[in-house]
Amino acid sequence: MTLLDVQDLTITLATAEGPARAVRDLSFSLERGETLGIVGESGCGKSMTALALMSLLPERSNTEGKILLESEDLLRFSEKDLCNIRGNRMAMIFQEPMTSLNPVHTIGHQVMEPLRLHKGLDKDAAHAEALRLLDRVGIPNPKARIRNYPHQLSGGQRQRVMIALALSCGPDILIADEPTTALDVTIQDQILELIQNLVSEDGMALILISHDLGVISENTDKVLVMYGGSAVETGRTDKIFGELTHPYTLGLFAAMPKLGMGRNARLATIPGVVPDLMNLPAGCTFFDRCPLASDHCRDASPPVHVLNPDHAVACHNIDDARGKKSEELYL
Amino acid sequence: MSIFIAKRLLTLIATLIGASMVIFLVMEILPGDPALVILGVEATDEMVAALTKELGLDRPAPERYWTWISGLLQGEMGTSYAYKVPVWELVEGALWITIPLAIMSIILSIILALIIGLYAAAHHNKAGDVALMGFSQLGISVPNFWLALLLILLFSIQLRWFPAGGFPGWNEGFFVCIVALLLPAISLATVVGAILARITRSSVLEVYREDYVRTARSKGLSQRATLWLHVLRNALIPVLTVTGIQFSALLTGTVVVENVFHIPGLGSLVLKAINNRDTIVVENVVLLLATMVIMTNFVVDILYAVVDPRLKAHDI
Repeated sequence: MTLLDVQDLTITLATAEGPARAVRDLSFSLERGETLGIVGESGCGKSMTALALMSLLPERSNTEGKILLESEDLLRFSEKDLCNIRGNRMAMIFQEPMTSLNPVHTIGHQVMEPLRLHKGLDKDAAHAEALRLLDRVGIPNPKARIRNYPHQLSGGQRQRVMIALALSCGPDILIADEPTTALDVTIQDQILELIQNLVSEDGMALILISHDLGVISENTDKVLVMYGGSAVETGRTDKIFGELTHPYTLGLFAAMPKLGMGRNARLATIPGVVPDLMNLPAGCTFFDRCPLASDHCRDASPPVHVLNPDHAVACHNIDDARGKKSEELYL
Repeated sequence: MSIFIAKRLLTLIATLIGASMVIFLVMEILPGDPALVILGVEATDEMVAALTKELGLDRPAPERYWTWISGLLQGEMGTSYAYKVPVWELVEGALWITIPLAIMSIILSIILALIIGLYAAAHHNKAGDVALMGFSQLGISVPNFWLALLLILLFSIQLRWFPAGGFPGWNEGFFVCIVALLLPAISLATVVGAILARITRSSVLEVYREDYVRTARSKGLSQRATLWLHVLRNALIPVLTVTGIQFSALLTGTVVVENVFHIPGLGSLVLKAINNRDTIVVENVVLLLATMVIMTNFVVDILYAVVDPRLKAHDI
């Protein structure tokens, strides 16, 4: 049975200026033990998708479609049932370790909380388990640290605590939303490696959200490239990075700094800005920034081309895009 | 912790010295001669001069200031010019009315504020929230002496549940005294409670937007458990600040309500003393009030550190 099957997920946010379609007709699936990367720039709907999976979207929002966790649709769950899923079968790590922990409780208290809630452990058992978890995520001297408050820990250590907290109940799915963006570069690799190791040891499925193609290519089995709230390119990581096809994915790749490119070399950019979610174009959302755009792109939604069973691209001008190098389209 | 307290004690002493000087100076500048007020307009110049000498008011101001302060250090407040009794005797009775009244009022206010503030925040922008915030606006706007009159009309004259005024004295029994102070406390607590309720509501709503609240929800805590376990303690910090300020205001600013209910508290005492130019009473009472305000701030500072562990690391 597929562990997680998201079908035609559409999220509409009510804003002061009117409804904003943050995510449109997004579908993807995840098997046990698999890792999925969701990549795209700010405002493309990555975090909204993650929050929708956890049913933690802001109150003034509307979610359509299906989120099937082992064939049960989470969108039909009661709030009480969702509380039994959150932190228990699905857990999440957030972008901001500095503000994601409650400043007035010890880290021990915060790690013990889901254990007592979902596993029904008593105080001593939860304490022992929290010690084990803190040790497992690499917090030095957990016996002393367990009594610390978040402000007494560095950003990297706080993110380790967040990981311990998320893993405490052995969830089926771990969602990591830009878990290393706020950290020093030297710490980023350690944290990603830690998540990677823990996930494979426990056989968890991982959804890793990032705007960094490098992070995604090294850490995932499958990739979902998002733009303007919908998927533009999906497939197995090795297939996609073997043949980057969508003009947007090529643009992301061109914008990445590469080793040995010289200090005076300019990074390529994708001209323009992300589309206004309030006034999405009728056709392709990438239309006004795309170097390959034609009139057709403006008027009709792009069809999904299945290049092979492990690689699909939503683009009108797929034949033009195929085989193009990123530097041919941008610079 | 001990460094924190020591630092605070030094500040307290410095503030009190400053306050005592200001109080003394203001009373010096204040027009009106105590001797003249005591003797009346028909007194001869000789009589006034004799009484001035007897009261010690003919000596230079610095000497009188020193006499006052050195007396206080030995636990002596001096003798009232108008009543010829030790100042402490006048102050003591009033103090044991004003302090219990302020404590009752602040407790009622906090209960009112937590119930209204939390309910309004939990029902943000819904009918209950809008109605309660409307009422709290009304509570802030209503002058407390007018509310006091309405309470007397309803509970004392119509329903006859509470006395309309007066204070029996603590030796008449604890319960009757509490009953006598209840209506004044309610009229004071309505305004303070309304202010605190609004602060509680906005503070809770602000904390709800914090990342750690989302973390708590992602652990599987219910909306209600998140409020009690993660939101409330963080939201209390600004509420605590305003509670401290309001408690100080209750200690020093109850004179109008005391008069409506004919309660002989510190406010009434200091008002009478000013009218009598009984400067020694005024000076002592005002300094006492200043001390109580500073002590309140001191307690609030310690409570901050109890609520928020980050403050312990920085200041203590």
